[in-house]
Amino acid sequence: MRLVIVRRICQAFFLLLLIWSCLVTTVGDRWFELRGWPVSWLLELDPLVGLATVLTTGSLYKGLLWGAATLAATALTGRFFCGWLCPLGTLQQMVGRWADRRRSRRARAAGRQSHPGQRIKYLLLIGLLTMAAVELARPLVALLAGGGWIPIGAAILAGLVMGRWGNRSWTVSAGWTMAVAGGIALVLGVMLPGHRLLAAGLQTGLLDPIPLVYRSVSLVVLPLLAPGAGTIVVGGGLLTGGVLLLVLALSAWRPRFYCRYVCPLGALLGIAARWSLWRMGRRDTDGEACTGCGRCNHHCEGACDPADRIRWAECVLCYNCRDDCPERILGYATPPSTTGEIAGPDVDRRKVIAAAASGAILLPLARLGDPLGVGWRPDLVRPPGALTESEFLNRCIKCGQCMRVCPTHVIQPAMLEAGVEGLWTPRLDFRLGTSGCQHNCIACGHVCPTAAIRPLALDERMGLGPFTDTGPVRIGTAFVDRGRCLPWSMGIPCIVCQENCPVSPKAITTRTVLEPVAGLDRLMVTRVRSRSIDLHLPPTRRPLAGGDYFLVGPAGPKNALRIAGRQADRIELAGDPALAALRQEAPAAVHVRLQQPFVDPHRCIGCGVCQHECPLRGRAAIRVTSENETRSRAHALLAGAGLPPTKE
Amino acid sequence: MTGLNRREFIHRSVKAGLVSASALGVGWWLHDTDPPALEPSTEALGGIPDFSKTSDGGPAMAIARGTDRVAMVRRTLGALGGINRFVRPGDRVVIKVNAAFASPPAISATSHPDLVETVVMACIEAGAADVVVTDNPINDPASCFRLTGIGSAAEAAGGRVVLPTADRFAEVTLAGARLIRDWPVLVGPLAKADCLIGVAPLKDHHRSGASMTIKNWYGLLGGRRNVFHQDIHTIIAELAALVRPTLVMLDAVTAMMHNGPTGGSISDLADTNTLVAGIDPVAVDAAGAEILGRRLDQLPHLQQAADAGLGILDYRTLNPLDVP
Repeated sequence: MRLVIVRRICQAFFLLLLIWSCLVTTVGDRWFELRGWPVSWLLELDPLVGLATVLTTGSLYKGLLWGAATLAATALTGRFFCGWLCPLGTLQQMVGRWADRRRSRRARAAGRQSHPGQRIKYLLLIGLLTMAAVELARPLVALLAGGGWIPIGAAILAGLVMGRWGNRSWTVSAGWTMAVAGGIALVLGVMLPGHRLLAAGLQTGLLDPIPLVYRSVSLVVLPLLAPGAGTIVVGGGLLTGGVLLLVLALSAWRPRFYCRYVCPLGALLGIAARWSLWRMGRRDTDGEACTGCGRCNHHCEGACDPADRIRWAECVLCYNCRDDCPERILGYATPPSTTGEIAGPDVDRRKVIAAAASGAILLPLARLGDPLGVGWRPDLVRPPGALTESEFLNRCIKCGQCMRVCPTHVIQPAMLEAGVEGLWTPRLDFRLGTSGCQHNCIACGHVCPTAAIRPLALDERMGLGPFTDTGPVRIGTAFVDRGRCLPWSMGIPCIVCQENCPVSPKAITTRTVLEPVAGLDRLMVTRVRSRSIDLHLPPTRRPLAGGDYFLVGPAGPKNALRIAGRQADRIELAGDPALAALRQEAPAAVHVRLQQPFVDPHRCIGCGVCQHECPLRGRAAIRVTSENETRSRAHALLAGAGLPPTKE
Repeated sequence: MTGLNRREFIHRSVKAGLVSASALGVGWWLHDTDPPALEPSTEALGGIPDFSKTSDGGPAMAIARGTDRVAMVRRTLGALGGINRFVRPGDRVVIKVNAAFASPPAISATSHPDLVETVVMACIEAGAADVVVTDNPINDPASCFRLTGIGSAAEAAGGRVVLPTADRFAEVTLAGARLIRDWPVLVGPLAKADCLIGVAPLKDHHRSGASMTIKNWYGLLGGRRNVFHQDIHTIIAELAALVRPTLVMLDAVTAMMHNGPTGGSISDLADTNTLVAGIDPVAVDAAGAEILGRRLDQLPHLQQAADAGLGILDYRTLNPLDVP
């Protein structure tokens, strides 16, 4: 079988695996919803996820070790991941091939020539990784700041001397490096202490193709196309899907546009493949066998110029060149191409420094408003188990797995609600979900590939068993908006929130009051019968006979009589009118019995079921904000709450 | 370049192997199957140093009457055995003032600059190596120290103002406490100090009943300390346990009788013409409560502190020296 056929089968397998992984990431008891599918395996295979989280957290979580295997294999064999596995690459390849059908051979070949813009992806990678890594410099800067400016000054001087008068190339470059690094350390550690310029965060998820394709499938494709998914509501579809459409559209213009120009994962693999044992290239001795037909360029996926000096970092091992070559002089072997090769990426030091500097400065700019400190967003409610915001942002790769698995789809992708940094990160939207965050559900943390949402045990989530002392995991607190709440502001009985509060004992309690009904509070009795009275009743749509309404006479609210029925101006009462001192010409008022809700912040876990169920569907009269969430002590609402009991 | 000689091939193979092996090795080394903690735990201090020097058997308390704070400080200190009883030559002294608000001294919401200046000067005269005046105010710290006159008074007498910058706080857990747990406290100036002197004005306080020398320690707390207003008496009693000062002074020359603790008008003030100094903050505050016209049952925190053995509520049993 031709190798390109094998490749296509492999690509199809991984594309289907991706769709399958997203499709089955649901909670339920149907056969395909079995727990334990390795639904995040493709994400774990992605070494950029592993590398970036290692830089931000110093550890490689669980399955992300697969990424190390990918990287190790790439270092030996080249970018097989791009050409054979990556589902986004496969989709682009399909679109590119389809678009090429109507093109002339000349146009086809032109679109598959290498282009200087292909270096952009390396610069993006360097920027994103620098963004993830800058806080690693903190201990060093602290050390330098502790020692004052003298050691740094000495390093700068020594560096300048070595750079200026060194006589070997390595002493010169080491000297300049010392001088520049010392200068940066001087600025950060001595002149501008406070570490404000050293803010790290994980933003590879913006461009990393595997999270991109996961979230595109989970948040756009499946809600649109999957059988029975018509009820799934997902916000941000235009942006999420628009990115995918743009990637595919651009690949119609230039095959694998994203892979060639943007993809930071491809860049990482291209760098890793620098010294690979096997590589593509021409195998004709002295370059004589080539007739110069150029067919090898016609379907080149990586735009790596296989007939010329092959750009090995760009080659995605698609094997099309070998397949197309009538002379069969292209192949995959240990020697480099007989016409020479460009083994590494096409970037110079100046561009690398510029990219790293840009990556280092963007987060400090985004964090000038201190979004992780005093500028935190109370409307941002994260899923239960989500780490403290800074730790969370150090791990979340925006893959959308938690949003896909959430049985109520209350977990939604943030657009700007979590700040620019938080784009596509999970936030709870109690309007869009089919309910609040379910009390006995721990699904999101168990599919999160990076533990940005910590996998909780059910006991831990509920505060049972060994977790009785720490109590349940709180994601926020519900606050009653008394200006909107029906019983509080409009004299209408309701308490749907109290009824639906899943916490036991309930976090929402009520106080019962009897309140006069505006417009019905200055009535005059015209006639008294045994169990009813007549009075001039203004027109009202209130269900007076519904059981919540009372008639109060001169004997006061304590002797109010329940209204049992109504016919025009005649009101039937659930007792003798005399009990309420209702005589002819006596004043009377209609009162309504209301239960007004209160939230007990010691019990509320912020699940938002109350907000979701509130009949005010526009802006609910009870709303959850992240005050008192377990994950942040800085957001504590209660003195001494949530702390272990004292040992006395 | 054509072909590949053995040397080049070995070179490349070694590099490829190194990249490959280091990817696996570093991955394996940093591999962590345990999820991280919800919030990284911090190491909290077990408390702050104990600055009390009660074992010397000297007088515990002195009450001066008058309007001249400078003379009253001198008289009370003299009655208590002189400043040298508290401050030894070479000592590092911290004076915790009440600089809570950026308001002028005439409002009496903050420690009076004359009082601060005299105490600093006395410490310097006693041979103190360093006299630090500090507080973590509610309003902007720099403005507070400037507008209350405390900053310039302290510096005129030879002390220095330490502002509550973030690096001066550390988390403290007080044993047995319910509220002071992993809580940021302004320990920076205290860590290497030998003496702690509290200087507080006598004020009404709407939530706690009165703001006196123990409530003044609230200004050593950092973080969103106002959550403790939910349980104000407990936090004040815990502060009495956390902070064991060398000496406290309660300035009741002009007391804020109502509308406290901010006041804002001289109509809130009364000339009560008293200065109380002592080594037992509970006793000093009990005397202050009397001046403010509060019954002890209106100030549960004093009772709680006394019950915890942190001081004497019936201050008269300490035989306070009257220095008119």
